[in-house]
Amino acid sequence: MKPHSMTLLLAGLLLAGGVHATAAGQIHASHAWIRVLPGNLPASAYVTLENRGGQAVALSGASSTAYAEVMLHHSSTAGGMSRMTMVDALEIPAHGKAVLAPAGYHLMLMRARRPVKPGDTIAVLLQFTDGSTLATDFIARPANALDDGS
Amino acid sequence: MKSRCLPRPTLLLLLVLGLLLGGCQRIAPLPLRLTNITGHMPKLAFTLTDDQGRSVSAADYRGKVVLLYFGYTHCPDVCPLTLAHLHVVMQRLGKLADGARILFVSVDPARDTPAVLHAYVNAFDPRAVGLTGSAGDVEALVKRYRASFTREPSAGDGNYEVSHSSAIYVFDRAGNPRVLATPADSQDDLVHDLHLLLDTGVAP
Repeated sequence: MKPHSMTLLLAGLLLAGGVHATAAGQIHASHAWIRVLPGNLPASAYVTLENRGGQAVALSGASSTAYAEVMLHHSSTAGGMSRMTMVDALEIPAHGKAVLAPAGYHLMLMRARRPVKPGDTIAVLLQFTDGSTLATDFIARPANALDDGS
Repeated sequence: MKSRCLPRPTLLLLLVLGLLLGGCQRIAPLPLRLTNITGHMPKLAFTLTDDQGRSVSAADYRGKVVLLYFGYTHCPDVCPLTLAHLHVVMQRLGKLADGARILFVSVDPARDTPAVLHAYVNAFDPRAVGLTGSAGDVEALVKRYRASFTREPSAGDGNYEVSHSSAIYVFDRAGNPRVLATPADSQDDLVHDLHLLLDTGVAP
């Protein structure tokens, strides 16, 4: 092997190692869906995040070109009252998962830039606390859906 | 050998129970599974505006079993989930569901106009009705059922969050309160209780 090829190979290995070292590199996203509400009402997005790495990582938020603003929220019910709170980060334990699902953690999508209708696929960029991002396709579902329909 | 009569303590208990039920209420007792609020809350009463802009009162829903829920359309998670669950419940009731109405009362009347509510409730179920009104009229209904809501301003962009009671109040065809359901209750139990109320109630 020529020295030049060796350098390239090493660089490639380092790069691959680098990708895996980021939070986004060790997360597998599934069951990604959006509950679409009529008009310009805010929508909720849900996803299951599985951490295939040996280190805990944390989701800090998301963005999407389809919405002006995306926020990480948590719904809770206590004493017969439902409320929503903003969340700074959601931990995904090593070899564990975090589930964003109705009545719990969710991404609140505000001010759609153009109408989103059931059946559409919406690209969302999940952001992690280490600055890495994971592009994930979310399927838009009707208002009265209970899950991603799969 | 079978005993011909019940043991005396049981008989006495039944007698007392019968007197209690007969004396306190004339509403036929039903083997409801969810929290029974018969006689513990006032009859359904309100004057609000429906999602078609019409002034309506509780009398307009006499003859229907009513599922009353307080929420607001800018609630993207819990309110839609509750309404989606109620839609499934209505589907499970089949034809009987035509005898029921979901009344979604907005606790955010400033943003929830009849037009916004109309599109919203119809995205969930054709038997859902959106109700809005003056802040005072909405608050009167909220207080009547000891529910509550608060408005919490958020990030200074004019948006605000509303925390609100999560319960579903179920009334029989005569407007009597019968059942209190919470989102944590099983769908089977709600379907069961609605069956009882829809089967036994006679439309006037």
